Amino acid sequence: MAFILALAGIIILASGAIITIGPMPITIVEVYCTILNRFIPDVFLIESTMDNVVWLIRMPRIVGTILVGLGLGICGCVMQAVLKNPLASPFTLGISSGANFGVAVAAVFGITIMGGPYFLIGNAFFFALLCSGVIIGLSGFKGATSETMVLAGIALNYLFQAMNQLFNYIASDEQRTLMAAWGMGSISGLNWNSITLIAIVSVICLPLLYSKAWDLNLMTVGDEGAKSMGVNAGHIRIFVMVISSLLVAALVAFVGVIGFIGLVAPHVARLILGSDHRYVIPAAGGLGAILFLLADVIAMNLFRPSTIPTGTVMSAIGVPFFLYLILRGRRKEYWS
Amino acid sequence: MIVKLSIKGLHFSYGSAEILRDINLNIRDGQIVSVVGPNGSGKSTLIKCIDRILVPLEGEVIVDRHKVSEMKQIEVARMIAYVPQNSLRVFPNTVFDVVLMGRRPHLGWREDDWDAQMVWEVLGLLGIEDLALSLFTELSGGQQQKVLIARALAQETGVILLDEPTSNLDVWHQIDVMEILKSLVRSQELTAIVAIHDLNMAARYSDTIIMMKGGKIFATGRPEDVLTRENLAGVYGIHARVRNYDDIPHVIPLKKISRKRGRV
Repeated sequence: MAFILALAGIIILASGAIITIGPMPITIVEVYCTILNRFIPDVFLIESTMDNVVWLIRMPRIVGTILVGLGLGICGCVMQAVLKNPLASPFTLGISSGANFGVAVAAVFGITIMGGPYFLIGNAFFFALLCSGVIIGLSGFKGATSETMVLAGIALNYLFQAMNQLFNYIASDEQRTLMAAWGMGSISGLNWNSITLIAIVSVICLPLLYSKAWDLNLMTVGDEGAKSMGVNAGHIRIFVMVISSLLVAALVAFVGVIGFIGLVAPHVARLILGSDHRYVIPAAGGLGAILFLLADVIAMNLFRPSTIPTGTVMSAIGVPFFLYLILRGRRKEYWS
Repeated sequence: MIVKLSIKGLHFSYGSAEILRDINLNIRDGQIVSVVGPNGSGKSTLIKCIDRILVPLEGEVIVDRHKVSEMKQIEVARMIAYVPQNSLRVFPNTVFDVVLMGRRPHLGWREDDWDAQMVWEVLGLLGIEDLALSLFTELSGGQQQKVLIARALAQETGVILLDEPTSNLDVWHQIDVMEILKSLVRSQELTAIVAIHDLNMAARYSDTIIMMKGGKIFATGRPEDVLTRENLAGVYGIHARVRNYDDIPHVIPLKKISRKRGRV
């Protein structure tokens, strides 16, 4: 409990600190004054440039990062639990690649689900859902186990990646730029409109997922054991997969393929807190948010003024950290 | 005689393969009932159908005059507990957490002091309090079996089902587990139904033995009435001697009958 509160505290403090970093020097006090000024006008004297930088450029990015990290961490956590597989995550199940495929289809063939400025996002969302729909649909077949679902997800991941490479090959330069801008996990495109959308989906999905925390605890011992203790494993699995896929689809549609958070955040949470999902789920979310904030700050500032894709940084710092944890961690018997 | 659990006209099949055919049983309160039979005779399937882990095609399981088919899964879990042969070990759980899972059917969102106390009590009953904070994955087979029994006890049910609880254990642990089960049935007002391979273990510890063959009940009754040469030949296809030591029948298998197995 203390740990989760500490995570929340770190997120708030880190956001305050990170928001000051950028081409325009701003102090923490000025940041909070600017924010307060929005709610209680005319108390502080704030220049309009500062107001714009804080409110229109830096705030969306930070709020967006936190929401995406939170959502991906939690979705990875619940997917691992219901599929009883430590390798499950939104990325390994092909949902991110599905979204990427949707973008490629839009860029190369101009086939779109939605018109207007959101055509890429609409496609990404639709194809991400399509991918998870196939995985969930498989569970309806007789004899399909959670292993079937994981394997199907991995297979779909390969399929979509292959298709994406093909599209990259046949695309024109212009189309390729469009695809690359989306495909590498960048959150510079976020604005208040897209954040509102993400926030609405998160507010609906996250409590639903968290409400199943107890059932997830029981499902980690296997379907038969779970059933004998009153948890209908099959129903919970489908419920959790549907809800988390919806959230993941919404997140990756806006920010692109971000591979590592959904896998690593739940594992770090389990290494620290053990196996009770009533605590592990919020911790995975908090850790996801912190990791992603950190990755984003590095992405924005390492080679200033140019920004590298956040997904790339995430993998670059995440992988060594993760390897260190599983090899040197206190509980390395964990994966025995 | 109080009937604790009765099964009426139970059928079960996986696709076209019929596993259980027309099972009818009445099981008395406070007994250890062993279900024996060759591999594939339907022992485990019967256990799982009773707990509605598998849903039977036809027929009815009735516990304390309640039809299991009309109950929600969580209501079933308050009346019947199940001890699996082994437990999935993907994520690490401490022994305490594993046993606390058994409290789930009685809990809302949070466990309270009573639930924690209950967990300590059943751990004490099985003499494994010192393992409470160990990881389940690190225990030996015998210890894991005891933890799973503790979890079932924490469920506070009148009926406990065990699926081959002794199969992976050495002789000392086999006797240990069966002794524990026997004393629990006597002291906790339990009825235990045990799928088991070892006929001599079944003979020594059960009040009733149900012998199955090809998805049907072949014989049922007291150990000395069921474990006879004729039944062993008919069900297992073996020549065997049955000797009584301390009024308990002991089966000494000799050799297989050279006809096609099970067609007597």
